[in-house]
Amino acid sequence: MTATTTAKSGVRSVPGAPLLELENVKMHFKTKGDGFFARGTKWVQAVDGVDLTISPGETVGLVGESGCGKSTTARLVTRLLEPTGGQIRYQGVDIAHMNERQLRPYRREIQLIFQDPYSSLNPRHTVGTIVGTALRTHDMVPKSGELKRVQELLEVVGLNPEHYNRYPHEFSGGQRQRIGIARALAARPKIIVADEPVSALDVSIQAQVMNLLESLRKELGIAFVFIAHDLGVVRHFCDRIAVMYLGRVVEEGPRDSLYEKPQHPYTQALLSAVPDIGVVRGVPPKNRIRLVGDVPSPVDPPSGCRFRTRCWKAQDICATEDPALIERAPAQRVACHFAEPPAESILAETA
Amino acid sequence: MSDQSIQAPHTVSRVPRTPAANEEAYLEVSDLQVQFPTADGLVRAVQGLSYSVPLRRTLAIVGESGSGKSVSSMAVMGLHDRRVARIAGSIKVGGREIVNMSDKELEGYRGGDAAMIFQDPQSSLHPYFTIGDQIMESYRAHNNVSKRKAKDRAIDMLGRVGIPNPRRRVDQYPHEFSGGMRQRAMIAMALVNDPKLLIADEPTTALDVTVQAQILDLISDLQRDFGSAVVFITHDLGVVAEIADDILVMYAGTAIEHGPVNKILGEPLHPYAWGLLESIPALTGEPQPLHPIPGSPPSLLAVPTGCPFHPRCEFKDRVGGDLCTTLKPDLIPRTGDLGRTSRCHLKEPDKVFETEVLPRLP
Repeated sequence: MTATTTAKSGVRSVPGAPLLELENVKMHFKTKGDGFFARGTKWVQAVDGVDLTISPGETVGLVGESGCGKSTTARLVTRLLEPTGGQIRYQGVDIAHMNERQLRPYRREIQLIFQDPYSSLNPRHTVGTIVGTALRTHDMVPKSGELKRVQELLEVVGLNPEHYNRYPHEFSGGQRQRIGIARALAARPKIIVADEPVSALDVSIQAQVMNLLESLRKELGIAFVFIAHDLGVVRHFCDRIAVMYLGRVVEEGPRDSLYEKPQHPYTQALLSAVPDIGVVRGVPPKNRIRLVGDVPSPVDPPSGCRFRTRCWKAQDICATEDPALIERAPAQRVACHFAEPPAESILAETA
Repeated sequence: MSDQSIQAPHTVSRVPRTPAANEEAYLEVSDLQVQFPTADGLVRAVQGLSYSVPLRRTLAIVGESGSGKSVSSMAVMGLHDRRVARIAGSIKVGGREIVNMSDKELEGYRGGDAAMIFQDPQSSLHPYFTIGDQIMESYRAHNNVSKRKAKDRAIDMLGRVGIPNPRRRVDQYPHEFSGGMRQRAMIAMALVNDPKLLIADEPTTALDVTVQAQILDLISDLQRDFGSAVVFITHDLGVVAEIADDILVMYAGTAIEHGPVNKILGEPLHPYAWGLLESIPALTGEPQPLHPIPGSPPSLLAVPTGCPFHPRCEFKDRVGGDLCTTLKPDLIPRTGDLGRTSRCHLKEPDKVFETEVLPRLP
């Protein structure tokens, strides 16, 4: 593989390689044991072998419940964490173990939007400084043009450009999230990783921010890794969706086939648990699959298939053999020994 | 388990809700006002709120942050500090007036006739005491029983809310419970004295969706067994559709729509409720662009004159003159249906909904 360097940005790339590729990425965190001489040290297997490919301009959704490793994956993609195993290839070049200096050009191209618009902005900096810092760090514009560019960016995200001198506390939650988006856009990234970007917002504001992200994606052609626990929000925004459970991707596929014909029991249970407003619009109540118990600890995950402890299809093979993520329908990959689409649609058909 | 065949998944299906019977109200709130004087001015958190809930029924109060849904429910529980909050109006629970009740009486009322479940089970349980101690404390505060009896009761309650192995779990601390288990323990604690009124303030918001489904099932089942009146506060319309009989939509401290859940979610009459429905992405069909409500909710320090929603309302031009900006509409039946009320000046809202709003719902 011969990587060519783009002179200006310093980002190397292998021709023909996908924009971003995760291969068997692992992140195991060490926890202190009770024993002497670090005896009893345990590893929290937060992410344990994730494969994911993202093409330019594509939006990939990551869904799953708390502790499934979706936020850790976001931090790995943005290289805020160094993985303990596997490769993270950006345009074919492995960035998994690069040092801070080597990473710099890649940092510009992969940006992050955080969940909490309150704690992710420095309260002592004006909006102009917050967005301007991103411009300066990556030498995006000459100093004389900085203010103009900040104002342009504020306008793009729907804020009043004259408010560059204000502090974060003077804005509402939705507006702060827009500031965070402007900061991410300042670097002209190719990928934005959005970690629960609308979860902290009220319903009406959530829809405004979603529409903003949607228009940015269409106009600027930015690829998104979109993380959320709200399955409706993810479906609305993403072309392709990966469902995670206990550090692994258990099912991945195009939006429509994943929601209409989910094959992994966990995906089926997850979709079945979403409270649906359709029940009041004359749609008869459907049978709901209910999972029993809780997600096992990632310190000591079950052998074989990790979902088997809560799965109604579990057999002996599930405890001994770890199911591989294999293609079961066009572009739909499932990690289950007994994968099959549900007999009838899980989601109520809205008339 | 080698010869075990593939089992059927554990499924549940909810019975459709029964229509409203004309039962006597257990909780009756009339013209409730809650205000907080602050250095910046008077915060009008709740203005003229009235509703009632009979036994065996669930009322969902829906609204965004700052709409007054939690503040009004805390008033029902008598949880406001009277040095800080000004409360006017009337709250009757089982015929007893709660507003201006003495502290001593309130102590007997809270946790006895009325109990509350909070959003965050992590911060509502004391980390230093075992789950059992905390349930027993609540039981013994209202019943003159021995510790042993109280502990038996605690174990019984933990079992009823679906905690496996309650005899062992009763002596564990909150940190040994998972999030869903803690919420179950909180529910056990709230229900230990058989309250006739249960207020659940966003009880599932902090939980994962599969656990949320378990807790919603549990609250439904327990309500059927205990026959209590439930006030369920949430911002999630999907949850409302699953659990509520009636729904009250709040905006800027006022109720703007009230009625049976299938009516209010199926064919709402207020532009704010339309906006909420248009903001929620659907789980089926081709994704449509969302049509969010412009702007953001008003500050309760300066609630707009007239209809509080008018600065964000796209239909205010349809109303003649400056009615929307000067006169606050009454909460009245606006169509032939007397069982539902809404607060809006717009003429023939049912037709507007059918012809203009319904086609663009996601």
